[in-house]
Amino acid sequence: MKLFNEPSPLETKIISFRFGLENSASIDTYLANDGYQALRKALAMTPDDIINEVKASNLRGRGGAGFPTGMKWSFVPRASEKPKYIVVNADESEPGTCKDRLLIQHDPHQLIEGCLLGALAVGAKKGWVYIRGEYNYLIHIMDKAIAEAYKHGYLGKNIGGTDFSFDLYTHTGAGAYECGEESALLESLEGKRGVPRIRPPFPAVSGAFQSPTLLNNVETFSSVPAILRMGGQAYADLGVPKSGGTRLVCMSGHVNKPGVYEVPLGFPMMKFINEVGGGVWKGRALKAVIPGGSSSPLLKSEECDIPMDYDSIAKAGSMLGSGGLMVMDETTDMVKVALRIMRFYQHESCGWCIPCREGTTWLKKMLQRVSDGHGQTRDIDLIGDLAQNMMGRTFCPLGDAAAMPTIAIVKKYRNEFEEYVARNPFAAPELVSIA
Amino acid sequence: MTFSPELEAKFADLITHYPEGRQRAALIPMLMFGQEEVGSITNEFMAEVARRLGLTPMQVDEVVGYYSMLHKKPMGKYHVQVCTNVACMLRGGAELYDQACHKLGLGHKEVSADGLVSLEEVECMGACSWAPAVQVNFDFHHEVTADQLDTILEGLKK
Repeated sequence: MKLFNEPSPLETKIISFRFGLENSASIDTYLANDGYQALRKALAMTPDDIINEVKASNLRGRGGAGFPTGMKWSFVPRASEKPKYIVVNADESEPGTCKDRLLIQHDPHQLIEGCLLGALAVGAKKGWVYIRGEYNYLIHIMDKAIAEAYKHGYLGKNIGGTDFSFDLYTHTGAGAYECGEESALLESLEGKRGVPRIRPPFPAVSGAFQSPTLLNNVETFSSVPAILRMGGQAYADLGVPKSGGTRLVCMSGHVNKPGVYEVPLGFPMMKFINEVGGGVWKGRALKAVIPGGSSSPLLKSEECDIPMDYDSIAKAGSMLGSGGLMVMDETTDMVKVALRIMRFYQHESCGWCIPCREGTTWLKKMLQRVSDGHGQTRDIDLIGDLAQNMMGRTFCPLGDAAAMPTIAIVKKYRNEFEEYVARNPFAAPELVSIA
Repeated sequence: MTFSPELEAKFADLITHYPEGRQRAALIPMLMFGQEEVGSITNEFMAEVARRLGLTPMQVDEVVGYYSMLHKKPMGKYHVQVCTNVACMLRGGAELYDQACHKLGLGHKEVSADGLVSLEEVECMGACSWAPAVQVNFDFHHEVTADQLDTILEGLKK
Protein backbone atom coordinates (compact mmCIF):
# COMPACT_ATOMS: atom_id res chain seq x y z
CA MET A 1 0.00 0.00 0.00
CA LYS A 2 0.97 3.58 -0.64
CA LEU A 3 2.61 5.48 2.21
CA PHE A 4 0.37 8.01 3.92
CA ASN A 5 3.18 10.52 4.45
CA GLU A 6 6.65 11.07 3.03
CA PRO A 7 9.42 9.57 5.16
CA SER A 8 11.95 11.97 6.68
CA PRO A 9 15.72 11.64 6.12
CA LEU A 10 16.15 12.09 9.88
CA GLU A 11 14.41 8.80 10.67
CA THR A 12 16.19 5.68 11.94
CA LYS A 13 14.25 2.91 10.29
CA ILE A 14 14.47 -0.31 12.25
CA ILE A 15 10.89 -1.57 12.30
CA SER A 16 9.53 0.56 9.46
CA PHE A 17 12.24 -0.04 6.85
CA ARG A 18 9.98 -2.25 4.74
CA PHE A 19 7.13 0.27 4.67
CA GLY A 20 7.92 1.79 1.29
CA LEU A 21 8.77 -1.48 -0.49
CA GLU A 22 6.59 -2.88 -3.22
CA ASN A 23 4.03 -5.37 -1.85
CA SER A 24 5.55 -4.81 1.57
CA ALA A 25 2.78 -6.84 3.24
CA SER A 26 3.55 -9.99 1.23
CA ILE A 27 5.63 -12.85 2.56
CA ASP A 28 7.91 -12.74 -0.50
CA THR A 29 8.93 -9.16 0.22
CA TYR A 30 9.33 -10.04 3.88
CA LEU A 31 11.52 -13.07 3.21
CA ALA A 32 13.67 -11.07 0.79
CA ASN A 33 14.27 -8.44 3.48
CA ASP A 34 15.49 -10.28 6.60
CA GLY A 35 12.09 -11.85 7.17
CA TYR A 36 11.84 -14.79 9.60
CA GLN A 37 15.62 -14.65 10.18
CA ALA A 38 15.07 -13.89 13.85
CA LEU A 39 12.79 -16.92 14.12
CA ARG A 40 15.47 -19.12 12.60
CA LYS A 41 17.90 -17.83 15.18
CA ALA A 42 15.43 -18.17 18.06
CA LEU A 43 14.55 -21.77 17.25
CA ALA A 44 18.11 -22.63 18.25
CA MET A 45 17.94 -20.61 21.48
CA THR A 46 16.52 -21.45 24.89
CA PRO A 47 13.51 -19.46 26.18
CA ASP A 48 15.78 -17.83 28.76
CA ASP A 49 18.22 -16.72 26.07
CA ILE A 50 15.39 -15.07 24.12
CA ILE A 51 14.05 -13.29 27.20
CA ASN A 52 17.55 -12.15 28.18
CA GLU A 53 18.07 -10.72 24.71
CA VAL A 54 14.80 -8.77 25.04
CA LYS A 55 15.84 -7.61 28.52
CA ALA A 56 19.21 -6.45 27.16
CA SER A 57 17.42 -4.41 24.47
CA ASN A 58 15.79 -2.16 27.07
CA LEU A 59 12.60 -2.39 25.02
CA ARG A 60 9.70 -0.87 26.87
CA GLY A 61 6.01 -1.36 26.08
CA ARG A 62 4.90 0.81 23.18
CA GLY A 63 1.23 0.83 24.07
CA GLY A 64 1.34 3.50 26.73
CA ALA A 65 2.54 2.30 30.11
CA GLY A 66 6.17 1.78 29.04
CA PHE A 67 6.73 -1.31 31.16
CA PRO A 68 10.04 -3.13 30.43
CA THR A 69 9.10 -5.85 27.93
CA GLY A 70 11.75 -8.41 28.90
CA MET A 71 10.57 -8.28 32.48
CA LYS A 72 6.95 -8.73 31.42
CA TRP A 73 7.95 -11.78 29.39
CA SER A 74 9.75 -13.28 32.38
CA PHE A 75 6.58 -13.02 34.51
CA VAL A 76 4.82 -15.73 32.51
CA PRO A 77 5.23 -18.87 34.62
CA ARG A 78 7.55 -21.43 33.06
CA ALA A 79 5.64 -24.45 34.29
CA SER A 80 1.90 -24.25 33.82
CA GLU A 81 -0.79 -26.89 33.65
CA LYS A 82 -2.88 -24.55 31.57
CA PRO A 83 -2.08 -23.67 27.96
CA LYS A 84 -0.35 -20.32 27.50
CA TYR A 85 -1.47 -17.67 25.04
CA ILE A 86 -0.18 -14.69 23.09
CA VAL A 87 -2.47 -11.68 22.69
CA VAL A 88 -1.58 -8.70 20.53
CA ASN A 89 -3.20 -5.43 21.47
CA ALA A 90 -4.10 -3.84 18.14
CA ASP A 91 -6.98 -1.90 19.67
CA GLU A 92 -5.13 1.32 18.95
CA SER A 93 -7.47 4.04 20.13
CA GLU A 94 -5.60 6.55 22.26
CA PRO A 95 -6.35 9.88 20.54
CA GLY A 96 -3.26 10.97 18.63
CA THR A 97 -2.03 7.44 17.92
CA CYS A 98 -2.00 5.89 14.45
CA LYS A 99 1.17 3.78 14.24
CA ASP A 100 -0.02 0.21 14.91
CA ARG A 101 -2.26 0.64 11.93
CA LEU A 102 0.80 1.17 9.71
CA LEU A 103 2.71 -1.73 11.23
CA ILE A 104 -0.10 -4.12 10.26
CA GLN A 105 -0.86 -2.45 6.95
CA HIS A 106 2.71 -2.41 5.66
CA ASP A 107 4.41 -5.22 7.54
CA PRO A 108 2.06 -7.83 9.03
CA HIS A 109 4.69 -10.59 8.85
CA GLN A 110 6.96 -8.66 11.18
CA LEU A 111 4.16 -8.80 13.74
CA ILE A 112 3.62 -12.52 13.13
CA GLU A 113 7.33 -13.12 13.63
CA GLY A 114 7.22 -11.09 16.85
CA CYS A 115 4.36 -13.28 18.09
CA LEU A 116 6.32 -16.42 17.22
CA LEU A 117 9.30 -15.15 19.21
CA GLY A 118 7.05 -14.38 22.18
CA ALA A 119 5.49 -17.83 21.88
CA LEU A 120 8.92 -19.48 21.87
CA ALA A 121 10.00 -17.45 24.89
CA VAL A 122 7.00 -18.27 27.07
CA GLY A 123 5.88 -21.58 25.59
CA ALA A 124 2.58 -20.49 24.04
CA LYS A 125 0.79 -22.49 21.36
CA LYS A 126 -1.98 -20.13 20.34
CA GLY A 127 -2.49 -16.41 19.93
CA TRP A 128 -4.88 -13.71 18.82
CA VAL A 129 -4.42 -10.29 17.28
CA TYR A 130 -7.20 -8.13 18.74
CA ILE A 131 -7.85 -5.47 16.10
CA ARG A 132 -10.18 -2.56 16.74
CA GLY A 133 -13.42 -2.72 14.76
CA GLU A 134 -12.75 0.49 12.83
CA TYR A 135 -9.63 -1.10 11.31
CA ASN A 136 -11.72 -3.59 9.35
CA TYR A 137 -9.38 -3.47 6.34
CA LEU A 138 -6.45 -4.54 8.53
CA ILE A 139 -8.26 -7.74 9.44
CA HIS A 140 -8.19 -8.68 5.76
CA ILE A 141 -4.49 -7.80 5.48
CA MET A 142 -3.64 -9.70 8.65
CA ASP A 143 -5.74 -12.75 7.69
CA LYS A 144 -4.00 -12.87 4.32
CA ALA A 145 -0.56 -12.66 5.94
CA ILE A 146 -1.47 -15.37 8.45
CA ALA A 147 -2.65 -17.64 5.61
CA GLU A 148 0.66 -17.05 3.78
CA ALA A 149 2.63 -17.85 6.92
CA TYR A 150 0.73 -21.13 7.32
CA LYS A 151 1.42 -21.96 3.68
CA HIS A 152 5.15 -21.35 4.11
CA GLY A 153 5.34 -23.31 7.37
CA TYR A 154 5.90 -20.34 9.69
CA LEU A 155 2.64 -21.00 11.50
CA GLY A 156 0.98 -24.29 12.32
CA LYS A 157 2.59 -27.55 13.37
CA ASN A 158 6.33 -28.30 13.55
CA ILE A 159 7.57 -24.87 12.56
CA GLY A 160 11.00 -24.99 10.92
CA GLY A 161 11.06 -28.78 11.32
CA THR A 162 11.12 -28.51 15.12
CA ASP A 163 8.50 -29.58 17.63
CA PHE A 164 7.39 -25.95 18.03
CA SER A 165 3.78 -25.34 16.94
CA PHE A 166 1.83 -22.12 17.01
CA ASP A 167 -1.57 -20.95 15.74
CA LEU A 168 -2.47 -17.30 15.26
CA TYR A 169 -5.88 -15.72 14.59
CA THR A 170 -7.34 -12.26 14.19
CA HIS A 171 -10.14 -11.11 16.45
CA THR A 172 -12.21 -7.99 15.80
CA GLY A 173 -13.28 -5.46 18.40
CA ALA A 174 -16.50 -3.52 18.00
CA GLY A 175 -15.74 0.04 19.03
CA ALA A 176 -14.65 0.70 22.61
CA TYR A 177 -11.60 2.69 23.73
CA GLU A 178 -11.65 0.88 27.05
CA CYS A 179 -10.72 -2.38 25.32
CA GLY A 180 -7.21 -0.99 24.79
CA GLU A 181 -6.71 -1.54 28.52
CA GLU A 182 -5.27 -5.03 28.75
CA SER A 183 -7.69 -6.65 31.18
CA ALA A 184 -10.73 -5.12 29.45
CA LEU A 185 -9.34 -6.37 26.15
CA LEU A 186 -9.24 -9.89 27.57
CA GLU A 187 -12.87 -9.62 28.70
CA SER A 188 -13.80 -8.46 25.22
CA LEU A 189 -11.78 -11.28 23.65
CA GLU A 190 -13.84 -13.72 25.71
CA GLY A 191 -17.06 -12.27 24.27
CA LYS A 192 -18.09 -10.00 27.11
CA ARG A 193 -18.49 -6.29 27.80
CA GLY A 194 -15.06 -4.68 27.85
CA VAL A 195 -14.80 -3.82 31.53
CA PRO A 196 -11.49 -4.09 33.38
CA ARG A 197 -10.59 -6.93 35.71
CA ILE A 198 -9.20 -6.52 39.16
CA ARG A 199 -5.43 -7.01 39.22
CA PRO A 200 -3.50 -8.91 40.48
CA PRO A 201 -3.56 -11.52 39.07
CA PHE A 202 -1.93 -9.92 36.04
CA PRO A 203 -2.47 -11.38 32.57
CA ALA A 204 0.96 -13.04 32.69
CA VAL A 205 -0.48 -15.34 35.36
CA SER A 206 -4.19 -15.34 34.54
CA GLY A 207 -5.11 -13.69 31.25
CA ALA A 208 -7.07 -14.92 28.26
CA PHE A 209 -9.44 -17.72 29.29
CA GLN A 210 -7.83 -17.57 32.75
CA SER A 211 -4.57 -18.90 31.36
CA PRO A 212 -1.10 -17.33 31.46
CA THR A 213 -1.03 -14.77 28.67
CA LEU A 214 1.67 -12.67 27.11
CA LEU A 215 -0.07 -9.47 26.07
CA ASN A 216 1.80 -6.68 24.28
CA ASN A 217 1.14 -3.85 21.89
CA VAL A 218 1.60 -4.31 18.11
CA GLU A 219 4.71 -2.14 18.05
CA THR A 220 6.26 -3.99 20.99
CA PHE A 221 5.89 -7.39 19.30
CA SER A 222 6.98 -5.88 15.97
CA SER A 223 10.23 -4.64 17.54
CA VAL A 224 11.37 -8.05 18.74
CA PRO A 225 12.46 -9.57 15.39
CA ALA A 226 14.91 -6.68 14.91
CA ILE A 227 16.20 -7.14 18.46
CA LEU A 228 17.00 -10.79 17.91
CA ARG A 229 18.54 -10.09 14.50
CA MET A 230 20.82 -7.27 15.62
CA GLY A 231 21.26 -8.35 19.24
CA GLY A 232 19.69 -6.81 22.33
CA GLN A 233 22.67 -4.63 23.16
CA ALA A 234 22.94 -3.15 19.66
CA TYR A 235 19.23 -2.32 19.74
CA ALA A 236 19.52 -0.75 23.18
CA ASP A 237 22.43 1.40 21.99
CA LEU A 238 20.16 3.08 19.43
CA GLY A 239 18.29 4.73 22.27
CA VAL A 240 19.27 6.11 25.63
CA PRO A 241 19.88 4.24 28.90
CA LYS A 242 16.63 2.65 30.18
CA SER A 243 14.81 3.43 26.91
CA GLY A 244 16.24 1.25 24.19
CA GLY A 245 15.79 1.33 20.45
CA THR A 246 13.51 3.32 18.22
CA ARG A 247 9.81 3.99 18.19
CA LEU A 248 7.17 5.29 15.86
CA VAL A 249 6.03 8.75 16.84
CA CYS A 250 2.74 9.95 15.39
CA MET A 251 2.91 13.67 14.82
CA SER A 252 -0.40 15.44 14.35
CA GLY A 253 -1.95 18.86 14.77
CA HIS A 254 -0.56 22.19 13.70
CA VAL A 255 2.63 21.16 11.90
CA ASN A 256 3.64 21.45 8.27
CA LYS A 257 4.42 17.78 7.75
CA PRO A 258 2.34 15.64 10.10
CA GLY A 259 3.04 11.94 9.84
CA VAL A 260 4.33 8.82 11.54
CA TYR A 261 8.11 8.78 11.85
CA GLU A 262 10.52 6.30 13.41
CA VAL A 263 13.15 7.93 15.60
CA PRO A 264 15.48 6.66 18.33
CA LEU A 265 14.35 7.03 21.93
CA GLY A 266 15.82 10.25 23.24
CA PHE A 267 15.38 12.18 19.96
CA PRO A 268 15.03 15.89 20.83
CA MET A 269 11.38 16.95 20.78
CA MET A 270 11.96 20.40 19.29
CA LYS A 271 14.15 18.97 16.56
CA PHE A 272 11.38 16.46 15.86
CA ILE A 273 8.77 19.18 15.50
CA ASN A 274 10.92 21.66 13.58
CA GLU A 275 13.04 19.43 11.36
CA VAL A 276 11.11 16.17 10.94
CA GLY A 277 7.72 17.87 11.04
CA GLY A 278 8.77 21.01 9.18
CA GLY A 279 7.83 23.30 12.06
CA VAL A 280 4.55 24.81 13.22
CA TRP A 281 2.25 25.59 10.34
CA LYS A 282 1.29 29.00 8.93
CA GLY A 283 4.45 30.54 10.40
CA ARG A 284 2.86 30.60 13.84
CA ALA A 285 4.52 30.08 17.22
CA LEU A 286 4.28 26.87 19.20
CA LYS A 287 1.92 27.00 22.16
CA ALA A 288 1.84 23.49 23.60
CA VAL A 289 2.48 19.83 22.85
CA ILE A 290 0.62 16.72 23.98
CA PRO A 291 3.54 14.27 23.91
CA GLY A 292 1.99 10.81 24.15
CA GLY A 293 -1.69 10.58 23.34
CA SER A 294 -4.48 12.70 24.81
CA SER A 295 -4.12 11.19 28.28
CA SER A 296 -0.61 12.60 28.68
CA PRO A 297 -0.45 16.03 30.36
CA LEU A 298 0.39 18.72 27.85
CA LEU A 299 3.67 20.58 27.90
CA LYS A 300 3.93 24.33 27.34
CA SER A 301 6.25 25.36 24.52
CA GLU A 302 9.00 26.36 26.97
CA GLU A 303 8.88 22.84 28.48
CA CYS A 304 9.37 21.09 25.15
CA ASP A 305 13.13 21.40 24.82
CA ILE A 306 13.65 17.83 26.05
CA PRO A 307 14.66 14.45 24.65
CA MET A 308 11.79 12.09 23.82
CA ASP A 309 12.40 9.12 26.07
CA TYR A 310 10.29 7.68 28.87
CA ASP A 311 12.28 9.13 31.75
CA SER A 312 12.93 12.63 30.34
CA ILE A 313 9.27 13.17 29.55
CA ALA A 314 8.26 11.79 32.96
CA LYS A 315 10.66 14.27 34.56
CA ALA A 316 8.94 17.07 32.67
CA GLY A 317 5.65 15.95 34.25
CA SER A 318 4.14 14.07 31.36
CA MET A 319 4.48 10.72 29.59
CA LEU A 320 5.74 9.32 26.34
CA GLY A 321 2.63 7.12 26.39
CA SER A 322 1.56 5.75 23.05
CA GLY A 323 3.73 8.09 20.98
CA GLY A 324 0.88 10.32 19.82
CA LEU A 325 2.45 13.76 19.68
CA MET A 326 -0.05 16.54 19.06
CA VAL A 327 1.24 20.00 18.27
CA MET A 328 -0.77 23.14 19.02
CA ASP A 329 -0.07 26.59 17.67
CA GLU A 330 -0.53 29.93 19.43
CA THR A 331 -4.16 30.30 18.32
CA THR A 332 -5.31 27.10 20.09
CA ASP A 333 -8.14 27.59 22.58
CA MET A 334 -7.19 25.48 25.60
CA VAL A 335 -10.69 25.50 27.10
CA LYS A 336 -11.98 23.87 23.91
CA VAL A 337 -9.12 21.36 23.97
CA ALA A 338 -9.85 20.41 27.60
CA LEU A 339 -13.54 20.03 26.81
CA ARG A 340 -12.94 17.89 23.73
CA ILE A 341 -10.57 15.62 25.63
CA MET A 342 -13.11 15.21 28.43
CA ARG A 343 -15.98 14.57 26.03
CA PHE A 344 -13.94 11.68 24.71
CA TYR A 345 -13.17 10.12 28.09
CA GLN A 346 -16.75 10.60 29.28
CA HIS A 347 -18.01 8.82 26.17
CA GLU A 348 -15.51 6.00 26.55
CA SER A 349 -15.71 5.45 30.32
CA CYS A 350 -17.05 1.92 30.66
CA GLY A 351 -19.17 2.82 33.67
CA TRP A 352 -17.80 0.00 35.79
CA CYS A 353 -16.48 2.17 38.62
CA ILE A 354 -18.00 5.32 40.02
CA PRO A 355 -15.05 7.76 40.26
CA CYS A 356 -14.51 7.44 36.53
CA ARG A 357 -18.12 7.25 35.38
CA GLU A 358 -19.32 10.15 37.52
CA GLY A 359 -16.05 12.04 37.47
CA THR A 360 -15.79 12.24 33.71
CA THR A 361 -19.49 13.12 33.44
CA TRP A 362 -19.27 16.02 35.86
CA LEU A 363 -15.97 17.24 34.47
CA LYS A 364 -17.53 17.33 31.02
CA LYS A 365 -20.56 19.25 32.33
CA MET A 366 -18.37 21.81 34.08
CA LEU A 367 -16.01 22.24 31.15
CA GLN A 368 -19.02 22.61 28.86
CA ARG A 369 -20.42 25.28 31.18
CA VAL A 370 -17.19 27.27 31.11
CA SER A 371 -16.86 26.83 27.37
CA ASP A 372 -20.48 27.97 26.83
CA GLY A 373 -19.76 31.14 28.76
CA HIS A 374 -21.79 30.30 31.86
CA GLY A 375 -18.84 29.39 34.07
CA GLN A 376 -17.98 30.75 37.50
CA THR A 377 -14.57 31.10 39.10
CA ARG A 378 -15.46 28.32 41.51
CA ASP A 379 -16.01 25.99 38.54
CA ILE A 380 -12.35 26.32 37.63
CA ASP A 381 -11.28 25.28 41.12
CA LEU A 382 -13.82 22.50 41.22
CA ILE A 383 -12.63 21.10 37.89
CA GLY A 384 -9.10 20.91 39.26
CA ASP A 385 -10.26 19.43 42.57
CA LEU A 386 -12.52 16.81 41.05
CA ALA A 387 -9.86 15.70 38.57
CA GLN A 388 -7.31 15.49 41.36
CA ASN A 389 -9.69 13.31 43.36
CA MET A 390 -10.11 10.85 40.51
CA MET A 391 -6.39 10.17 40.35
CA GLY A 392 -5.52 6.67 41.50
CA ARG A 393 -9.09 5.97 42.63
CA THR A 394 -10.39 4.14 39.61
CA PHE A 395 -10.40 0.49 38.66
CA CYS A 396 -8.26 0.97 35.58
CA PRO A 397 -6.09 3.79 34.19
CA LEU A 398 -8.94 5.43 32.23
CA GLY A 399 -9.76 7.61 35.22
CA ASP A 400 -6.18 8.84 35.44
CA ALA A 401 -6.11 9.26 31.68
CA ALA A 402 -9.05 11.65 31.91
CA ALA A 403 -7.81 13.48 35.01
CA MET A 404 -4.15 14.02 34.12
CA PRO A 405 -4.56 16.21 31.02
CA THR A 406 -7.36 18.17 32.71
CA ILE A 407 -5.24 18.97 35.75
CA ALA A 408 -2.35 20.05 33.53
CA ILE A 409 -4.46 22.27 31.27
CA VAL A 410 -6.28 24.00 34.13
CA LYS A 411 -3.02 24.57 35.96
CA LYS A 412 -0.99 25.77 33.01
CA TYR A 413 -3.70 27.80 31.23
CA ARG A 414 -5.85 28.95 34.12
CA ASN A 415 -5.85 32.45 32.65
CA GLU A 416 -7.78 31.22 29.61
CA PHE A 417 -10.45 29.67 31.82
CA GLU A 418 -10.62 32.93 33.77
CA GLU A 419 -11.09 34.89 30.56
CA TYR A 420 -14.09 32.72 29.69
CA VAL A 421 -15.54 33.31 33.16
CA ALA A 422 -14.89 37.08 32.95
CA ARG A 423 -16.98 37.20 29.79
CA ASN A 424 -19.93 35.63 31.62
CA PRO A 425 -22.38 38.51 32.26
CA PHE A 426 -23.98 36.51 35.06
CA ALA A 427 -20.79 35.67 36.92
CA ALA A 428 -21.36 35.45 40.64
CA PRO A 429 -19.82 38.28 42.67
CA GLU A 430 -16.87 37.58 44.90
CA LEU A 431 -17.96 36.08 48.21
CA VAL A 432 -17.62 38.57 51.05
CA SER A 433 -17.23 37.47 54.62
CA ILE A 434 -20.09 38.69 56.84
CA ALA A 435 -18.45 37.63 60.07
CA MET B 1 -32.77 -17.42 10.79
CA THR B 2 -30.62 -18.13 7.76
CA PHE B 3 -27.41 -16.51 6.60
CA SER B 4 -25.53 -16.59 3.33
CA PRO B 5 -23.26 -19.63 2.79
CA GLU B 6 -20.20 -17.35 3.03
CA LEU B 7 -21.26 -16.02 6.41
CA GLU B 8 -22.13 -19.52 7.62
CA ALA B 9 -18.64 -20.67 6.61
CA LYS B 10 -17.12 -17.71 8.40
CA PHE B 11 -19.09 -18.45 11.57
CA ALA B 12 -18.12 -22.12 11.46
CA ASP B 13 -14.46 -21.18 11.10
CA LEU B 14 -14.59 -18.53 13.83
CA ILE B 15 -15.80 -20.97 16.44
CA THR B 16 -12.71 -23.13 15.91
CA HIS B 17 -10.39 -20.22 16.83
CA TYR B 18 -11.02 -20.43 20.55
CA PRO B 19 -10.28 -23.04 23.21
CA GLU B 20 -12.73 -25.88 23.79
CA GLY B 21 -15.72 -24.78 25.78
CA ARG B 22 -14.91 -21.07 25.31
CA GLN B 23 -16.89 -20.53 22.11
CA ARG B 24 -18.51 -17.46 23.60
CA ALA B 25 -15.33 -15.71 22.47
CA ALA B 26 -16.68 -15.78 18.92
CA LEU B 27 -19.61 -13.57 19.96
CA ILE B 28 -18.29 -10.12 19.06
CA PRO B 29 -16.78 -11.15 15.70
CA MET B 30 -20.05 -12.93 14.83
CA LEU B 31 -22.06 -9.83 15.68
CA MET B 32 -19.68 -7.57 13.72
CA PHE B 33 -19.56 -9.74 10.59
CA GLY B 34 -23.23 -10.63 10.83
CA GLN B 35 -24.28 -7.01 11.16
CA GLU B 36 -22.81 -6.30 7.72
CA GLU B 37 -25.17 -8.85 6.18
CA VAL B 38 -28.24 -8.50 8.38
CA GLY B 39 -28.05 -4.68 8.39
CA SER B 40 -28.38 -4.25 12.13
CA ILE B 41 -28.45 -6.20 15.37
CA THR B 42 -32.05 -7.36 15.37
CA ASN B 43 -33.68 -9.33 18.17
CA GLU B 44 -33.94 -12.32 15.86
CA PHE B 45 -30.22 -12.10 15.04
CA MET B 46 -29.29 -11.84 18.72
CA ALA B 47 -31.44 -14.85 19.57
CA GLU B 48 -29.85 -16.88 16.79
CA VAL B 49 -26.31 -16.02 17.87
CA ALA B 50 -27.24 -16.76 21.47
CA ARG B 51 -28.62 -20.16 20.49
CA ARG B 52 -25.46 -21.06 18.58
CA LEU B 53 -23.11 -20.07 21.37
CA GLY B 54 -25.17 -21.44 24.23
CA LEU B 55 -25.95 -18.02 25.69
CA THR B 56 -29.20 -16.34 26.65
CA PRO B 57 -30.44 -13.53 24.41
CA MET B 58 -29.95 -11.25 27.40
CA GLN B 59 -26.25 -12.09 27.58
CA VAL B 60 -25.91 -11.13 23.94
CA ASP B 61 -27.97 -7.99 24.43
CA GLU B 62 -25.77 -6.70 27.25
CA VAL B 63 -22.69 -7.09 25.06
CA VAL B 64 -24.38 -5.36 22.12
CA GLY B 65 -25.25 -2.41 24.34
CA TYR B 66 -21.60 -1.87 25.23
CA TYR B 67 -19.98 -1.50 21.82
CA SER B 68 -20.41 1.63 19.73
CA MET B 69 -20.14 -0.14 16.37
CA LEU B 70 -23.01 -2.54 17.03
CA HIS B 71 -26.23 -0.85 15.97
CA LYS B 72 -29.68 -2.04 16.95
CA LYS B 73 -31.35 0.12 14.34
CA PRO B 74 -30.10 0.02 10.76
CA MET B 75 -27.65 2.74 9.79
CA GLY B 76 -27.67 4.03 6.23
CA LYS B 77 -26.26 2.09 3.31
CA TYR B 78 -23.44 4.62 3.57
CA HIS B 79 -22.53 5.32 7.17
CA VAL B 80 -20.55 8.58 7.21
CA GLN B 81 -18.32 8.97 10.26
CA VAL B 82 -16.56 12.25 10.93
CA CYS B 83 -13.88 12.39 13.60
CA THR B 84 -13.86 15.49 15.79
CA ASN B 85 -11.37 14.31 18.41
CA VAL B 86 -8.40 16.55 19.28
CA ALA B 87 -6.04 15.75 16.40
CA CYS B 88 -8.85 16.16 13.86
CA MET B 89 -10.34 19.14 15.71
CA LEU B 90 -7.00 20.98 15.43
CA ARG B 91 -7.23 20.63 11.65
CA GLY B 92 -10.91 21.38 11.10
CA GLY B 93 -12.73 18.14 12.00
CA ALA B 94 -15.51 19.91 13.90
CA GLU B 95 -16.18 22.22 10.94
CA LEU B 96 -16.33 19.19 8.64
CA TYR B 97 -18.89 17.57 10.92
CA ASP B 98 -21.04 20.72 10.87
CA GLN B 99 -20.75 20.82 7.11
CA ALA B 100 -21.86 17.17 6.86
CA CYS B 101 -24.81 17.85 9.20
CA HIS B 102 -26.00 20.73 7.04
CA LYS B 103 -25.42 19.08 3.72
CA LEU B 104 -27.11 15.83 4.71
CA GLY B 105 -29.73 17.44 6.95
CA LEU B 106 -28.86 14.85 9.58
CA GLY B 107 -27.59 14.89 13.16
CA HIS B 108 -25.54 12.42 15.17
CA LYS B 109 -26.58 8.82 14.44
CA GLU B 110 -29.49 9.92 12.24
CA VAL B 111 -30.46 8.14 9.05
CA SER B 112 -31.87 9.72 5.88
CA ALA B 113 -35.53 8.96 5.13
CA ASP B 114 -34.60 6.75 2.18
CA GLY B 115 -32.12 4.80 4.30
CA LEU B 116 -29.24 5.71 2.00
CA VAL B 117 -27.03 7.78 4.28
CA SER B 118 -26.43 8.04 8.01
CA LEU B 119 -24.11 10.33 9.93
CA GLU B 120 -22.10 9.86 13.11
CA GLU B 121 -19.67 12.08 14.98
CA VAL B 122 -17.02 9.57 16.01
CA GLU B 123 -14.12 9.47 18.41
CA CYS B 124 -10.52 8.99 17.35
CA MET B 125 -10.28 6.37 14.61
CA GLY B 126 -6.53 6.28 14.23
CA ALA B 127 -5.88 8.69 11.40
CA CYS B 128 -4.44 11.48 13.55
CA SER B 129 -1.37 12.18 11.43
CA TRP B 130 -3.52 12.52 8.32
CA ALA B 131 -6.28 14.57 9.89
CA PRO B 132 -9.03 15.50 9.50
CA ALA B 133 -10.39 12.07 8.75
CA VAL B 134 -13.73 10.76 7.54
CA GLN B 135 -14.77 7.13 7.26
CA VAL B 136 -17.57 5.96 4.98
CA ASN B 137 -18.48 2.46 6.14
CA PHE B 138 -14.96 1.03 6.48
CA ASP B 139 -13.22 3.26 3.92
CA PHE B 140 -10.88 5.91 5.26
CA HIS B 141 -10.57 9.37 3.73
CA HIS B 142 -7.55 11.32 4.93
CA GLU B 143 -6.74 15.04 5.04
CA VAL B 144 -10.26 15.84 3.95
CA THR B 145 -10.97 19.41 2.82
CA ALA B 146 -14.41 21.03 2.70
CA ASP B 147 -14.55 20.56 -1.08
CA GLN B 148 -13.52 16.94 -0.83
CA LEU B 149 -16.21 16.30 1.77
CA ASP B 150 -18.79 17.72 -0.63
CA THR B 151 -17.52 15.41 -3.35
CA ILE B 152 -17.58 12.39 -1.03
CA LEU B 153 -21.13 13.13 0.11
CA GLU B 154 -22.39 13.81 -3.41
CA GLY B 155 -20.92 10.49 -4.53
CA LEU B 156 -23.13 8.48 -2.15
CA LYS B 157 -25.70 7.17 -4.61
CA LYS B 158 -27.90 4.09 -4.58
